[in-house]
Amino acid sequence: MKEMLIILVSAILVDNFVLSKFMGICPFLGVSKKIDSALGMSVAVTFVMCMATAITWPIYTFFLAPFGLDYLNTVAFILIIALFVQLIEILLKKFMPPLYKALGVYLPLITTNCAVLGVTLLNIDNTYGFGQSMVNALGAGLGFMLALILFSGVRQKMESCNVPKAFQGIPITLVAAAIVSVSFVGFSGVVEGLFQ
Amino acid sequence: MNQIKILLNGIIKENPVFVLLLGMCPTLAVTTMAVNGLGMGLATTFVLVCSNVVISLVKNFIPKAVRLPCFIVIIAGFVTIVGFLLQRFVPSLYSALGLFLSLITVNCIILARAEIFASKNSVGKSVLDGVGMGLGFTLALFLMGTCREILGCGTWFGIELTKRVIEPMKLFVSPAGGFFTLAVLIAVINIITKYKISKKKIGCGGCEGCPSAEACASLSGEDGKE
Repeated sequence: MKEMLIILVSAILVDNFVLSKFMGICPFLGVSKKIDSALGMSVAVTFVMCMATAITWPIYTFFLAPFGLDYLNTVAFILIIALFVQLIEILLKKFMPPLYKALGVYLPLITTNCAVLGVTLLNIDNTYGFGQSMVNALGAGLGFMLALILFSGVRQKMESCNVPKAFQGIPITLVAAAIVSVSFVGFSGVVEGLFQ
Repeated sequence: MNQIKILLNGIIKENPVFVLLLGMCPTLAVTTMAVNGLGMGLATTFVLVCSNVVISLVKNFIPKAVRLPCFIVIIAGFVTIVGFLLQRFVPSLYSALGLFLSLITVNCIILARAEIFASKNSVGKSVLDGVGMGLGFTLALFLMGTCREILGCGTWFGIELTKRVIEPMKLFVSPAGGFFTLAVLIAVINIITKYKISKKKIGCGGCEGCPSAEACASLSGEDGKE
């Protein structure tokens, strides 16, 4: 239990996927302009991360690894994620129209989000078991959500700022991201102390 | 003349990182040292050229509806090959790049070039486009890596430069330094190109050729009204 908590908290705070591992920068910069779209995107990412891990982990452990095909994991995983996202889109559209309305637009954006492929590959690299992998995927998703929501708050404040001409647009957004990222550095070392 | 134009287009006029703002994740993640930036750039160039060739060869056989999964699988195949090559010949780079080597698969530059260029042009032109874009990406990563290594470690390619004169600023090697260096570099290029980048929509390299363009448009449609 303690081990699971450590994985969860470090995935959310210390090894935050966006701010310290640099995965999923595109949606982080692209969809963080408003809090509600940031929330929708991150819920969709968390959902796909957990489901993708639930599928790719068994496939790697029971099909790829026993037959010595583990070098094919990138090809297999990206194909699974692409197919899976399509499948979810169709299923949601058919059976859960309200949820589709809320998450639908974000789903196609997720296939090319490197955080999803990243978390599935990372679980294999770290030789996590199934439970640990799921917790890590959940933590990564929640960390993504935290970063996106925090940053959308920062960006809303920034709208009313007077920015030097050369920094207008993307550069000032990146500077803001740098400052948010510094604040996450403060969490390193917290996790070990927290569960002792 | 036209060929040179295609080649230079990717390196300067439409530099994937500084102008198109594509492939931000590897740009920020692996550029703590100049040599890593260079290695990542060249690995991506290899994948880009190979996938451009294959995609422009098979473009007429792939049904339009399933083209994106097909492109991704072709790209993932070449990424696996690059992984093997690096592991065998440059093991130090292989372990330095780590996970981000596999993540070349989802680098938006490659998919975007496949969609915008390779699936519409001949093999020869696609090769040139791949080389140009790849070198542009390499140049950007190398610049980032150079700035961060000199400022953060006081070295360049492992050779001691300013280490004893100026105290190295660890911040530049940390994730925050990555964001900051990229921000300053883009701001400088913004001035050189007379504020062309400021007018761009934030987030990605624009919608042309992006697989997610449709979904994105419905999102940014809301934002645009503000």
